[in-house]
Amino acid sequence: MFESLSDRLGEVFDRLKRRGALKEGDVAAAMREVRIALLEADVALDVVKGFIDKVTERAIGEEVTRSVTPGQQVIKIVHDNLIEMLGSDSAWIELNAVPPVPILMVGLQGGGKTTSTAKIAARLTNRDKKKVLMASLDVTRPAAREQLRVLGEQTGVATLPMAQGETALSIAKRAMAAGRLQGYDVVMLDTAGRVSIDQGLMDEVRQIRDAVNPAETLLVADAMTGQDAVTTARNFHDRIGLTGIVLTRMDGDARGGAALSMRAVTGVPIKAVGTGEKIDALEDFHPERVAGRILGMGDVVGLVEKAAETIEIEEAERLAAKMQKGQFDLDDMLSQLQQVAKMGGLGGLMGMLPGIGKLKKQMDGAGVDDKSIKRQAAIIQSMTKKERKNPKLLNASRKRRVAGGSGTTPQEINRLLKQHMEMGRMMKQMGKMGGMKGLGALLGGGMPPPREMPGGPGQNAQLPLPGSGGGFPGLPGLGRPGGFPRFPTKR
Amino acid sequence: MSAEQQEPERRGWFQRLKSGLSRTSDKLAGGITALFTKRKLDTKTLQQLEDLLIASDLGVATAAKLTANLAHEKFDKEVTDEEVREAFAADIARILEPVARTLKIDGANRPHVVLVCGVNGSGKTTTIGKLAQQWKAEGKTVWLAAGDTFRAAAIEQLQVWGERAGVPVIARPQGSDPAALAFDSLSQAREAGADVLVIDTAGRLQNRAELMDELAKIVRVIKKQVPDAPHDCLLVLDGTVGQNAHNQVKVFRKMVNVSGLIVTKLDGSARGGVVVALAEDFALPVHAVGVGEQPDDLRPFEARAFARGLMGLE
Repeated sequence: MFESLSDRLGEVFDRLKRRGALKEGDVAAAMREVRIALLEADVALDVVKGFIDKVTERAIGEEVTRSVTPGQQVIKIVHDNLIEMLGSDSAWIELNAVPPVPILMVGLQGGGKTTSTAKIAARLTNRDKKKVLMASLDVTRPAAREQLRVLGEQTGVATLPMAQGETALSIAKRAMAAGRLQGYDVVMLDTAGRVSIDQGLMDEVRQIRDAVNPAETLLVADAMTGQDAVTTARNFHDRIGLTGIVLTRMDGDARGGAALSMRAVTGVPIKAVGTGEKIDALEDFHPERVAGRILGMGDVVGLVEKAAETIEIEEAERLAAKMQKGQFDLDDMLSQLQQVAKMGGLGGLMGMLPGIGKLKKQMDGAGVDDKSIKRQAAIIQSMTKKERKNPKLLNASRKRRVAGGSGTTPQEINRLLKQHMEMGRMMKQMGKMGGMKGLGALLGGGMPPPREMPGGPGQNAQLPLPGSGGGFPGLPGLGRPGGFPRFPTKR
Repeated sequence: MSAEQQEPERRGWFQRLKSGLSRTSDKLAGGITALFTKRKLDTKTLQQLEDLLIASDLGVATAAKLTANLAHEKFDKEVTDEEVREAFAADIARILEPVARTLKIDGANRPHVVLVCGVNGSGKTTTIGKLAQQWKAEGKTVWLAAGDTFRAAAIEQLQVWGERAGVPVIARPQGSDPAALAFDSLSQAREAGADVLVIDTAGRLQNRAELMDELAKIVRVIKKQVPDAPHDCLLVLDGTVGQNAHNQVKVFRKMVNVSGLIVTKLDGSARGGVVVALAEDFALPVHAVGVGEQPDDLRPFEARAFARGLMGLE
């Protein structure tokens, strides 16, 4: 099963040299992987094809900058184009019309129309200070109108009183009349779910549209939708004319390729995303996040950019050389600690990695945090140059001095020395195993699921962080030499 | 209301599914026709065929496998589009045959407990309503438990279905503990000597650990009363779902030992092709498919009809 585009591209580009412009053959090989990644993410086939053509054209001849590998460069190009296609402009409900402004909500059954209606209404009420009336036109699904009424009560948004035996169209007209008479700013019309190929039901919603002339017609669609997203979106857009899309269930673990498909075929912006069951779980659409998600790699691009910005390549290369020889001293450890701190600390780093949320919590629980990195740095900084080069010098009396200087205890110093020793040993091993590959196997290859993590709270949890081999193909400097030191636990 | 409901004549299940699927498989079948009149099956054509299968949500792996099978038999030979469609349909039917099993209510269990779960909006409550009507019509005594105590008006929705079917619905106010409700429903249904108890649950996304734990708790609590219950645990899948279906099945199966699938909304433009990949990966029975909003629109899953429908064949 598909894991991560960066892994795959890493393989494709392993045989390439690091420098030079992207050649046609390289790009074609990379695009095969990109294509599969997009299809696995449920981006519609037609959209994938168009996208690949465009990106291929742009990527060929692109200069690979010194700080990244060709694989990263391609990911960057793909990512940037995805964002462009998803629409970088964030849009919200357009209320430039004579009040009451009608908003029509349409979509398939079970897409989340009613919940989204209530969420948007609550936001218009609370944030935009509008007076909103909600009306359910769903006379098909049992208790659908009741559902909207209850949600209205929960959010303090008015709902149109129900009447028996009305058609959707007459409810819509009654809602608009009530909106005018009672001075509402916005009237939200929640329609019944319908399949886009049912002529009768599509005609019905068209009649409603003609009767109320909505300022916004929003298609509510499930982020888990497969290849059908493109058909549904196209049908709704052709028959009714959409002005925006609301993407629901973005809190799930679907890769969300439907977003790209629907945006591509309709050209209308994604105006909001639903991210949970609570009424306030409605967010603006962030193309860059969705792009990362579609590619299955979290915000790796952000990480790459940040790494390139903050890590001095020369320093990293010097470290790498030393490690190969097994001469990893405390100064080198300090330098690594400082680089992690520079990249926004562990929190910032982990936040950018895919699928790390849980691990991050676990680390917080185990007391692995940025503070302990600072303390470790302080310990090393309290040592003499000689001690840093040769930790064996540190006898009991020297340790007491260092502890005093760094505001720690000799026990903490012992722990740090032990870690340093372990790191040194590991790096020697890696040198034998052939550098990067070995490192990948040791560190990056297998990020264990949190449950299998060695060491619970209070123990010396050893967290293998993604090194170069697995997570990122040769992230400049960062991964190459030795990944991260094993972080200590807070006591 | 809708034109569909005014139409008195009920079409057979195959026609309904086929009209649903064929409208939807127009593109797939039409695509295949466009590729061939009669031509040699070469690498480029195979790639295009694979693409068309992917466009039906079969997934990259399954599509590749099916095309490889075709290539194995027919590569470099002159083929017609009809032959290609027949070949795919036969292959798909072969994959689906073992999982096409109807849901059997065991009369020895009183009641036979059916737990229904799935992600939000997949059609759990509607499916339960249809099942209740069908079982009731077969002369079984059916009880329903309104276990979706979270979503607004979910209880009322099930109650309406209960009224329609003429079966009792056990409910508690919104926000009650669903496990406690399931436990009480089971004791009531046992006392009444019901044949079937169907327990509805709130929709939950499979990556929400705490909600999945809540579901596991419902099963645990039921087992305290009847150790081998629930006798069936159904996962309801939305027919429009894409590759995320794999995650859904994987996680729900792990948490509550899903015994079978029901695929809904196949009357739309979705193809439900992911079912083929699921059959390969999990081999879970597919008990029924939903092809409309009427009670009898929940139909047994038939492998051959589904496969042929997917390929736009009679």
